[in-house]
Amino acid sequence: MGLLSDPVRRRALARLVLRLNAPLCVLSYVAGIAWFLALVFPPLTQRTYMSENAMGSTMVEEQFAGGDRARAFARDFAAHRKKSGALPVAWLERTMRSVGLEVYTQSFSRKLPFPDETHERYMVSGTNVYGILRAPRAASTESLVLTVPCGSDSTNSQAVGLLLALAAHFRGQIYWAKDIVFLVTEHDLLGTEAWLEAYHDVNVTGMQSSPLQGRAGAIQAAVALELSSDVVTSLDVAVEGLNGQLPNLDLLNLFQTFCQKGGLLCTLQGKLQPQDWTSLDGPLQGLQTLLLMVLRQASGRPHGSHGLFLRYRVEALTLRGINSFRQYKYDLVAVGKALEGMFRKLNHLLERLHQSFFLYLLPGLSRFVSIGLYMPAVGFLLLVLGLKALELWMQLHEAGMGLEEPGGAPGPSVPLPPSQGVGLASLVAPLLISQAMGLALYVLPVLGQHVATQHFPVAEAEAVVLTLLAIYAAGLALPHNTHRVISTQAPDRGWMALKLVALIYLALQLGCIALTNFSLGFLLATTMVPTAALAKPHGPRTLYAALLVLTSPAATLLGSLFLWRELQEAPLSLAEGWQLFLAALAQGVLEHHTYGALLFPLLSLGLYPCWLLFWNVLFWK
Amino acid sequence: MAAAMPLALLVLLLLGPGGWCLAEPPRDSLREELVITPLPSGDVAATFQFRTRWDSELQREGDTDHYFLRYAVLPREVVCTENLTPWKKLLPCSSKAGLSVLLKADRLFHTSYHSQAVHIRPVCRNARCTSISWELRQTLSVVFDAFITGQGKKDWSLFRMFSRTLTEPCPLASESRVYVDITTYNQDNETLEVHPPPTTTYQDVILGTRKTYAIYDLLDTAMINNSRNLNIQLKWKRPPENEAPPVPFLHAQRYVSGYGLQKGELSTLLYNTHPYRAFPVLLLDTVPWYLRLYVHTLTITSKGKENKPSYIHYQPAQDRLQPHLLEMLIQLPANSVTKVSIQFERALLKWTEYTPDPNHGFYVSPSVLSALVPSMVAAKPVDWEESPLFNSLFPVSDGSNYFVRLYTEPLLVNLPTPDFSMPYNVICLTCTVVAVCYGSFYNLLTRTFHIEEPRTGGLAKRLANLIRRARGVPPL
Repeated sequence: MGLLSDPVRRRALARLVLRLNAPLCVLSYVAGIAWFLALVFPPLTQRTYMSENAMGSTMVEEQFAGGDRARAFARDFAAHRKKSGALPVAWLERTMRSVGLEVYTQSFSRKLPFPDETHERYMVSGTNVYGILRAPRAASTESLVLTVPCGSDSTNSQAVGLLLALAAHFRGQIYWAKDIVFLVTEHDLLGTEAWLEAYHDVNVTGMQSSPLQGRAGAIQAAVALELSSDVVTSLDVAVEGLNGQLPNLDLLNLFQTFCQKGGLLCTLQGKLQPQDWTSLDGPLQGLQTLLLMVLRQASGRPHGSHGLFLRYRVEALTLRGINSFRQYKYDLVAVGKALEGMFRKLNHLLERLHQSFFLYLLPGLSRFVSIGLYMPAVGFLLLVLGLKALELWMQLHEAGMGLEEPGGAPGPSVPLPPSQGVGLASLVAPLLISQAMGLALYVLPVLGQHVATQHFPVAEAEAVVLTLLAIYAAGLALPHNTHRVISTQAPDRGWMALKLVALIYLALQLGCIALTNFSLGFLLATTMVPTAALAKPHGPRTLYAALLVLTSPAATLLGSLFLWRELQEAPLSLAEGWQLFLAALAQGVLEHHTYGALLFPLLSLGLYPCWLLFWNVLFWK
Repeated sequence: MAAAMPLALLVLLLLGPGGWCLAEPPRDSLREELVITPLPSGDVAATFQFRTRWDSELQREGDTDHYFLRYAVLPREVVCTENLTPWKKLLPCSSKAGLSVLLKADRLFHTSYHSQAVHIRPVCRNARCTSISWELRQTLSVVFDAFITGQGKKDWSLFRMFSRTLTEPCPLASESRVYVDITTYNQDNETLEVHPPPTTTYQDVILGTRKTYAIYDLLDTAMINNSRNLNIQLKWKRPPENEAPPVPFLHAQRYVSGYGLQKGELSTLLYNTHPYRAFPVLLLDTVPWYLRLYVHTLTITSKGKENKPSYIHYQPAQDRLQPHLLEMLIQLPANSVTKVSIQFERALLKWTEYTPDPNHGFYVSPSVLSALVPSMVAAKPVDWEESPLFNSLFPVSDGSNYFVRLYTEPLLVNLPTPDFSMPYNVICLTCTVVAVCYGSFYNLLTRTFHIEEPRTGGLAKRLANLIRRARGVPPL
């Protein structure tokens, strides 16, 4: 403060910021990226540890031995499912009742905004079946959920079999303190969403469903299971939920404990955990896992039906049985024992899981990076925007003060011709137009799909994606339209003011995103910050334009797809990549409408207009 | 149906002449009975009742003063052997003889439902009620689960349930009986077989349906002397199907809806499954003050239409002093679901007011439903002293309906909880912020700014100014 109230020292500071701006920006950007890469090295990544007292010190003995029973249930289920072509509701009800559960069904229906070509569905109606195991002598105030999402194809039969066998085993035990809900949903995530909304008696996504007849109090934790074979080579765990929410780290620790106890091979993002963190190989392998997690979290989609539970503050994760070509295989008993152990320990919980981290990154199953350590990375990146904005502000300010202080130290910038006011009025038009463009991008594709299908030979889903791309590209033509609207002032002051506003807008948006979903914020900051800092109407314009297009949100999405497949060791060809990109666009819009994912509105209403402002700056006349 | 009540410890002080306590009761008597009800699901319910009466010199004075009526509830109480032991000590024969030998803790707590109660009340000894007796009634209900206790087998015996058999009656008891519900559920006869075959049976209308009970009287010497012990066995002739159990006419469900830590909604679903009779229900809700109810959001809907309650009594909460009290008389249409919902906002507690386990959530006590439920079979009013004790669990007023009091499940509501390790961090942060910002701001705000003249002119000017000051002329 003293620094700022003293005009002499202030001037010195201003000179420093102005003169060293470019090196400072580069340094800050490099520091941000380097910090992120350093996250996988041991001082920054720590070993995970169980914080929850109720789950840590107590040991449980797993007694599940219903492997044959699970396989028999799975066979029956698959046969009935094949016969009826849908979820065999009556069979499930009968079977659940025969193992002693309290059984209820829930029917739901949902008309998607446009046909979903990936899952081949449009008008969806289905039935969820769930059985409640009432804890003896307890008052049904708390519960745990084991859920199996069933899609339209015939996968996940083994998961249903294991669920039923576990239910039969759990029913014979006396020690339960919380009710356990065994839930089988139809149309995978749509069914889960319908059940969750009905359970909490809310309607978030416009789902039509029948009210639930049976409830079991506040859900404390949930585990989703996906299994499609009688034997598995490894278990993969997915934690990323809707909008990048993560379950409490203790739930993952719990899973990991039972992986180790049962000698199961457990993976994260499909990657085995590196053993040696001291040499360079371990951290590099960890970096791959970390990048995969960042990409998945940034996508904001629920990776498994556990992702939808997180909205309701129910800690949840998905376990996926993988059957690959490894020699050593585990049968359903091993998986069942791990699940039994997890449920018995969750049963011990006295409070909701809250002791451990909710915001973390995982370079391996037993390593994590806490929020305090990864936030500086995005902080450094955003500092670039701040420095640039400060420079512009000072240049504008100095230009305004130019006449009053003729004796002031001349900055490195060219003194600009003075004029009254920064010309905020001239900014209104570009701001409004780019925001309107964003609104059009958000609303028009879904709203105009019928018009598009009438006039062009395309299907609805295609129409939506193509309209999206068309509106997106149309935004690029904007500066040629807007420059007539803007009153002619000093040309440099105009673009500088616009860029200043755009920089602050971008910094605010990225800052907010990084707080809620670090991965998305970091990914967007990495790509958008450098070109946002560079954009100006002088110099090699075509180069800047190319750079700006390459770092636009849509291009970031395309690039992320390629990076994702590269890290999964299944590289994409260009054509495949383009197809995947189109599918991802459609999925993004669909997930916003069906589950309330926020990535699509965020990009179309927030970042795309902001990016258009920079495009506007670049083509300022 | 609402789940198990955690603890039904009701000390009921009912003065005033009841309909059934006018006849001269026998003095200083103990009646004990055990009712065994096999359920169609294969589970079996056992209800013990012990009634002790003794004379008292205490005279009753006038009517009940409702000003002294109190209602309190502990929503979270897990029943365990600590509750059973003192309860057993109140019995005249303790657990030495009679039916109470069956009260073995490790078996009673291996059940799926457990409810234990003590009722104490004064009873008039004559029609004018000039002298009274005290009645202590102890009840214990347990449900043995075929899946847990029975290891999947659905045939039961006293030994299988309690790991004890009956050997002798309590010498103090004036009546000691075991009733076994042998009502045939289906039309074809004899789904259930009891061994030894009962000497007598008893028929009555319980909960609106006609029931048949086999009676085993322990005071009947032939009953025990034959084999030195009595081990009643139940065998299903046809094993019961795995079908959904029949639902009672009145049942209820309660839940919290919504998500997030700011707002929520308390919803109570009241089911009337009677095919053609509507009946009124008195709903009593007490809600802790830290859930701030919005009474204008109270909505009652049945069959999609608004259902106006005929009576509402609402007593608003006072912070830290008293909870909300909401009482309503609602008419439930035949064959309908009525939803009573009210929105609330979660209050922030003072940080010392949180329980040691704040992340567990805070309990909201169950709603209490009191109703006269119409029965399918007309019951004739009976003499309460002559009929079995369990008859008075669901008192019949005029034969066409019976009285039921239901408790819904308690609720667990999460309140916004601070991170209790935070105060230290907050203190550190606040001190830093105050030290850095406050000091600078204070400095800025209190500093006076002077424009300093550039020192030009040097010595000559200062000299000139001195002279000018001496002359009384303003300086240069």
